[in-house]
Amino acid sequence: MVNKMNIVPEITRKSITHLINNEERVDGRAMDEYREISLETGVISKAEGSARVKIGNTQIMVGTKPQIGEPFPDTPDVGVLMTNSELLPMASPSFEPGPPDERSVELSRVADRCIRESQMVDLEKLCIIPGKKVWMVFIDLHILDYDGNLMDAAVLGAVAALKNTMIPEVKVVDNEIIIDHENMKPLPIREEVVMCTFAKIGEQLVIDPSLDEEEILSARLSIGITASDKICAMQKGGDSPLTKEEIMNAVKITESKSKELMKYLEC
Amino acid sequence: MITIITLGTNIGAKSREDGRAFDELRNLKIEAGVLERADGSAYLEFGGNKVLVAVYGPKESFIRRFQRPDRAYIRCRYNMAPFSVDDRKRPGPDRRSIEISKITAEALQPAVILEKYPRSVIEIFIEVLEAEGGTRCAGITAASVALADAGIPMKDMVVACAAGKVDGQVVLDLSEVEDKDGQADVPVAILPRSGEITLLQSDGNLSTVEFEKALDLAIKGCNQISEVQKEALKKRYGE
Repeated sequence: MVNKMNIVPEITRKSITHLINNEERVDGRAMDEYREISLETGVISKAEGSARVKIGNTQIMVGTKPQIGEPFPDTPDVGVLMTNSELLPMASPSFEPGPPDERSVELSRVADRCIRESQMVDLEKLCIIPGKKVWMVFIDLHILDYDGNLMDAAVLGAVAALKNTMIPEVKVVDNEIIIDHENMKPLPIREEVVMCTFAKIGEQLVIDPSLDEEEILSARLSIGITASDKICAMQKGGDSPLTKEEIMNAVKITESKSKELMKYLEC
Repeated sequence: MITIITLGTNIGAKSREDGRAFDELRNLKIEAGVLERADGSAYLEFGGNKVLVAVYGPKESFIRRFQRPDRAYIRCRYNMAPFSVDDRKRPGPDRRSIEISKITAEALQPAVILEKYPRSVIEIFIEVLEAEGGTRCAGITAASVALADAGIPMKDMVVACAAGKVDGQVVLDLSEVEDKDGQADVPVAILPRSGEITLLQSDGNLSTVEFEKALDLAIKGCNQISEVQKEALKKRYGE
């Protein structure tokens, strides 16, 4: 894993760090500025919900698939959410075909926690027969183009796809489940959630790291926040520590920046 | 003088489930250069199919046993997104996608001037984002455009299209429903300039006469698609 990381020339590292220490970035952005974001929903008709999200040149296709399955024994009357991501070899020369590696597993688990803990989807409404049958919603993140900050793109795309998801009406008659594909209804959604990722480079924190920045960051912090400002997920990454002040500063920026991201989820 | 006017091309024939004539292709759209990281890429929509292809290389081959001292080799990976079909497909390669990957590489190989890049590998990644019958042909057609977009020298651009038999009639470009209910499916890839065939599969029952008819029809379809491939590259790189 570690040895698969690209080697960054010292001169590139120094120039990016030098710029950032002077509050400048390679692509001219401010420290707390996202790259251009685009979000389209309903792009895959075979998927019950879908979204294509782009942050800069990073591009993810998200599709959701609801299936009827058995609930977990410890939560017999709630539906199931499953998040899976594929770092496709098409997206980057550093991604290899094969079973998900640790980067891919971290991405899907962080996105999963963010969505699950925000309680965005009302999973209790996805129960069909308590203890026996519930809706299982699969969220598949298909990473098409990798140019940094997969976390924020993944959560944005997943939330948009979930909001776009339609499930068929279900009736239970004498232990028989009747699935009515003629009557589709949206997934029960409470409130949206977004994720903001920061990179520590030099002495600064920058939001939405590009690939160049991601490759030289010393620490990374991702914060999931709901529309009502509840922090629902966090993940620190990278080899170096962060101070409490840096973390609290990131939380503060997330509170204001999340509003910007939420706008893409309207409609 | 009596003039006979023929309306439509399939008089006397039953119309198809989606209303197409027997020799009519589904709507086709190809765009070249859609990804940032890949050396070459193409996006293709063909009926309900949505296919994305990325090409990396030629680059040094790290897998020794595949390395050839006198030329490059092509490594192809055909993969379907879990959400591309009605019932979620489990991620990862299955027997079908492994076979398609193999025949796709073989279908494209004759066009690529591999001798130019000894000891190298050209990687082709085909992602089916939505499947509606004929994805292997869509993948090959898009892969050729992605190879060209990557600037890889080729003698020709391979193009693929299927023909088959539905309700006893030989038809061009089977949709998902027609493939399921039909009697035969014949995917074909050609080098359009020479007319040589680089991929041929057949699944189902055909008489010799029907097979020849299907093959001719598929080649006709390939030639039409070939024009759309060229248009996509012209649009990206100018005339």
